[in-house]
Formats: sequence, structure tokens, C-alpha cells
Amino acid sequence: MSSNTDAIRELAQREYKWGFVTDIGEDRAPKGLNEDIIRFVSAKKNEPEFMLEWRLKAYRYWESLEKSHAEPKWANIHYPPIDYQNSSYYSAPKQKPNLKSLDELDPEILRTYEKLGIPLAEQKMLAGVAVDAVFDSVSVATTFKEKLAEVGVIFCSFSDAVKNHPELVKKYLGTVVPYTDNFFAALNAAVFSDGSFVYVPKGVRCPMELSTYFRINAAETGQFERTLIVADEGASVSYLEGCTAPIRDENQLHAAVVELIALDDAQIKYSTVQNWYPGDKNGKGGIYNFVTKRGACRGKNSKISWTQVETGSAITWKYPSCILQGENSVGEFYSVALTNNYQQADTGTKMIHIGKNTRSTIVAKGISAGHGQNTYRGQVKIMKDATGARNYTQCDSLLIGDKCGAHTFPYIEVKNSTAQMEHEASTSKIGEDQMFYLRQRGLKAEDAVSMIVNGFCKRVFRELPMEFAVEAQKLLSVSLEGSVG
Amino acid sequence: MSLLEIKNLKVRVEDREILKGINLTLNAGEVHSIMGPNGSGKSTLAQVLARRESYQVTGGEILFNGKDLLAMKPEEAACEGLFLAFQYPVEIPGISNAYFLRSALNAVRKYRGQDEMDAMDFLPMLREKLKLLEMDDKLLNRSVNEAFSGGEKKRNEILQMAVLEPKLAILDETDSGLDIDALRIVAQGVNAMRSPERAMLVVTHYQRLLNYIVPDRVHVLVEGRIVRSGGPELALELEDQGYSTIESVARGASPA
Ligand SMILES: Nc1ncnc2c1ncn2[C@@H]1O[C@H](COP(=O)(O)OP(=O)(O)OP(=O)(O)O)[C@@H](O)[C@H]1O
Ligand SMILES: [Mg+2]
Repeated sequence: MSSNTDAIRELAQREYKWGFVTDIGEDRAPKGLNEDIIRFVSAKKNEPEFMLEWRLKAYRYWESLEKSHAEPKWANIHYPPIDYQNSSYYSAPKQKPNLKSLDELDPEILRTYEKLGIPLAEQKMLAGVAVDAVFDSVSVATTFKEKLAEVGVIFCSFSDAVKNHPELVKKYLGTVVPYTDNFFAALNAAVFSDGSFVYVPKGVRCPMELSTYFRINAAETGQFERTLIVADEGASVSYLEGCTAPIRDENQLHAAVVELIALDDAQIKYSTVQNWYPGDKNGKGGIYNFVTKRGACRGKNSKISWTQVETGSAITWKYPSCILQGENSVGEFYSVALTNNYQQADTGTKMIHIGKNTRSTIVAKGISAGHGQNTYRGQVKIMKDATGARNYTQCDSLLIGDKCGAHTFPYIEVKNSTAQMEHEASTSKIGEDQMFYLRQRGLKAEDAVSMIVNGFCKRVFRELPMEFAVEAQKLLSVSLEGSVG
Repeated sequence: MSLLEIKNLKVRVEDREILKGINLTLNAGEVHSIMGPNGSGKSTLAQVLARRESYQVTGGEILFNGKDLLAMKPEEAACEGLFLAFQYPVEIPGISNAYFLRSALNAVRKYRGQDEMDAMDFLPMLREKLKLLEMDDKLLNRSVNEAFSGGEKKRNEILQMAVLEPKLAILDETDSGLDIDALRIVAQGVNAMRSPERAMLVVTHYQRLLNYIVPDRVHVLVEGRIVRSGGPELALELEDQGYSTIESVARGASPA
């Protein structure tokens, strides 16, 4: 095994290539968190009164949790206590307000996105992908706005939505993830700085993929963005988010909230390729990715599908979930979570079946390498009235080396006897026989590992939009570097 | 120069000596067969030649094409033109057979400084080979060996050999698990690949394969030693008499 091991080690020690820092002027709030800071953030964004009120309520709720030490502790993750007063809660690139076009964007920011391979400049865009980019806390550009507006799709930064579509924001904000939901959701509601907003009107199929790229740049800030996607009756939309951050020794907090709402016959597909800085090979630095994502299938025959490829972050704590309220509604969760070196992930989903004949599918693939710890935590709940509900869960773990761990916690609660539940689970190691077979055919050890891992993830990658599936595969290979120990 | 020269090869697995001094020379263009009882070390020899690292070589040397084979990693030996058709082919879930074959071919081509082959050029070539082995197209889109029948797996090994066109092919019991028709088809495929530049080492228990693939030499491996070598008629003799006479002669000749 020795040269298998070496190849894997080599791979693992490849550096994080998105780790550069962009030198731009920034406008930031002083460190610390209190009501004045909340007012400062809200004022910076010229928010209407209702937003400030909501933020303050959330802040007070969060403060009460903080005081009673109610930060969640149940997940299988370990980190030193976070000092919430030692962070700045607002950082924005200095730029002219109200950009008329991308030409006015700080060229340094444009260059950053180019380095990341995000085609912000419209003429260079991948046909059919509209991009919103969130740099530190602020949305810096939304492309293809006009083209989308022609069909009535609203795709803009959250701040713009608050300004230009307050009635929609008011109607849906916090209805899927209320600020009382959990500690980090409360924190986000209090201080969230920006994010993306999508509204697809009745009967409209969004004509292109929508995509947001999140970038944490500034030091000692957290990123708290909020995404709200509403698909009205008969509407459909596919949305992708990607994220990267510079290499920094200290840990940075990312506490986002995503709310999805699908009305009658509507469909939302939400894909994530998460590549926040994972920390170095000794576990120093990296992003704490504590995220609340939930979708509500409110209408009959609606469908919400989550696909996530989680390769980054020092710690990932996230459970994209579906509330299946409408009759015949469908929830899906496809996940690849990879932990290498000292990364920790506690991720999974919740499928809450409320309506009749609701169906859910869960396919979770966990890969642990190095000293990585990978936990799948999933809940399937069939409520009393959910006659004819069905769930299929498949949960597979792949171990690379013998210092890592895989853990599975499926929780099942069934209150209706007509429910059909299917659960499959497996744990395997990358076999020496598989490695030898592939190498005997001429593949280098690291390519053999990538091939085995990509095969393992196939079922999930199939759910990603084409070009992102390719990106995800590459990302996985890079993230695996140096993994069989 | 011989294509393969094995000199006094000794191999251990977990404190047990399995190969106890093998000598074997194979020239380009030749086909040699290795026969011998279960557990005598045939697969061990095949895997050591393919550079499996879990076997510990404690003595001897191997020259492949004049180069030190024992210094090579498995992928280097493969890229230098050594191919092993596995006795127990391995499953790779989620990776299509066609994709795997093209990746392997391109890895080898890259090593040799040749351009990689794109799907447009690769697929027609692959279809040709598929026809040669009378294999179903559908196997191309299925995951490598996953849920293949025993015979399909063996045939798939020979398909890989046909695509990779090695200098030295080692076939480890490729005939076991094949039905009568499949045996004939696979043997024809192998024969089609015999050429003055290529050598083959065919491990088998049964004379019937050697009716199709007629070897230049037959070697009998018993308890980690080659105890007899001869022409194709040796296989017939073994079929007739079994290993018992040879074994007792071998024991007499070199007591353990
Ligand atoms: N990895 C291993 N660990 C322990 N013992 C092994 C290992 N590989 C081979 N052996 C032992 O070495 C001996 C030779 O095995 P090998 O597979 O080479 O035999 P073979 O001649 O190919 O037999 P068969 O005709 O049954 O295929 C056997 O006793 C086997 O149990
Ligand atoms: Mg054998």
C-alpha cells in the first residue's frame, strides 16, 4: 500500500487554490454585537422600518439564547467557544452606490471573480446562467437582470428585494425558517447583510440557471447571508450556489439561512457546491459553516430538491430539509460530504411528511479521509394525516485510511401506519484490490482514488446541472489530495 | 533480448514463503502456459509480475524489456506494456466500463508520449474489439464489472487487453467460469492478438483452453517451484495423470 498512501498524502497536501485575499477598500462595522450594531447594519442598507423591527426581535431572541448558553451542542462536532463580540458584523467593499452596470464595479472584485472562474462579465458568461455575487456581506452584481425581468422573474440581491419588493419579502421572510428556529438562524436574522432573492411568478419556468457565488474576503468578519426563493403556482427554477474564502489562520463563521417556498405544482431545485476554506492540513483555520436551509412544499404536487457537494469548511453543520405540506408533494436530498485532514461535517436532512401521498428521497454519500469526521444525521417524520407517504433513504460512507470516522444517525418517526419506509446503509473502505486493479490498468494512485470516489458519488453528481457536475468532480479530486493515510 | 526474464524469484506473504526460486524466460512472440495445483503460487507469481505491493519479494530479479520490473509501481509496469487479466476481476461501482477503458488507454498513451484519444476516435475502436469478443454494447455503459456474470467479467478482462494492446499479457485462469461457446470466442480473441512482438503467460488448470491457445512451452508449478517444463504435450500428460506423479518426483528431487 505504500505508494498508494504516498500518492494520497501528496494529493491531500495540495494547497487550497482559492485562498487569495483581494485588496479592496472596505467599509466595516466596529467589532461587537449589540442593538446599535443591528441599527447600524440596517441603516447602512436604508432598510424600511419592518426590517429593522424584525432584526431587533431576532437579536433579542438570540441574546437570550446566548445568555442561557443555548448554542446547539447536539451535533457531532467539536470547536472552541466562539466569541461573538470579537467579530465585525458588517463589511462591504467600498464602491459607488447604485451601480448602473458591471463597468462600475471595483475592478479588483471583478478580477477576484475571474480568478474564481465565475463569469461575471456578461459577454463572457456561460450561456444561460445568471449570477449574483456576494462579496463579504454585500451583493456586488446581479447579471442578466433584464432578461429575467422580461418573463417576470425577479432575481436580485436581498437588499434590493427589501427596497423594491417589500411586499414579497414581508409576506415570505421567516415563514420557513423563523428567527426562533435555532441559535444560528436567530443570529443570521439579526445581522444578515445580504444574499439573494428569487421570485418566479405563476406558470413561469425560469429560462436559465440562477447562480450565486459567495466569497468571504475580509478578515475577522462573519458572513451571514440570507436567501429566499419563491416559486409561485406552476413555476419552476434551478438555483446553484458556490462559495470560497481566503486562507486565514483564524476560524471564520458563516451562518447563512436559506428559505424555499414552492406553491401548487411548483418546483425548486437547489444545488450547492460548498468549497469554503477547510483549514490547513493540521486543522488550523477554516470556515465554520453553520447553515439553516429549509424548503416548504406548500402547494399540491410541488417539489423541492436539494443537491449538495460539501468539500470545504473546517466544520459543516447543515441539514437542508423539506416540509411536505401539499398533497403529492416531493422532497429530495442528494448529498456528497467530504472531510479530509481535520475537517468535521455533521450534515443530513429532515423530511417532514404532512400531506397525503407525499414522497421523499434521501441519498447521502459521506467520504472521510485523513482525520476527517463525517456524520450523517437525518430525520424522516410521517405525521398522522400523511396517508400514503413514502420515503427512501440510502446512506453510504466511504473511508479512506484508518484515522477517519463515519457516523450515521437516522431518526425515523412514523405516526401513520400506511407509510412505506425504505432504508439502506453501507460503509466501505477504498479497497487495496480496487486500487491495484485500476493501477494495473495504468492509472496513477491518485487518479485511481479519484475514480473510485467519483464512482461512489455518481448517484448524487447525476443530479447536478451538467457544468457543475464536472466542477464538482474536479473539486472532489483536489479536496482528496493526500487522503489515504 | 528476452521480453521477460525471471531469475530465482522468491516471494513471501505474511511470513510464509510462497515462491521459492522461480526461473522463467519468455521471448517476444511466445506463449507459455503455467499449470499447477491449487495454492501452488500461480496467482502470486502473476500478481508479483504486475507489482502488487502486498507481496514481499525476498530474492531474485525480474527484467521486463530489459528494465528492472521490481523497481516499478503497478501503473509503471502497466504503462510499460504489462497486462494482467485477473482471476477475480474487481468491481468499480459508478464508473462506466467505457469511461474506465478510455481513462486507462489514455493513461498508457500519455506515459508513452502519445496524444490522448477523444471519445470520437475511441468509441469506434472499442466497438471493433467488442465485436471480436462478441460482447454486448450494453456492457460499455454499465459500471466496471458490477453485477457482471462470472463469464462476462472474464470476457471483459480480455476486452481490456484488446484495447490496451500490451507487450506481455498474463492471463490468470481466464477460462474458468466461461461456458463452452464463450471459451472458444475468448480463445479466438486471444489468438487474434498473438503476434511476433507480444508474449503471453497463460495460467490455467485445463488442457481444453490449450487446445485453442496452443502454447510454445508448458511449466508446472508445485509448491512455489517450477518442477517441470515441456512442450504442449506436457499439458496432455497432466490431464491424463494429474499432478500426483510430478509432485512426488518433485518432493523426492528437492525435499522441503
Ligand atoms: N494475500 C495473501 N495472504 C495470505 N496468504 C496468501 C495471500 N496470497 C496468497 N496466499 C497464499 O499463497 C498460496 C498461493 O496462492 P496463489 O493464489 O498464488 O495460488 P494459485 O496457484 O493461484 O492457486 P489457484 O489454482 O487456487 O488459483 C496459497 O496458499 C494462498 O493461501
Ligand atoms: Mg490462482
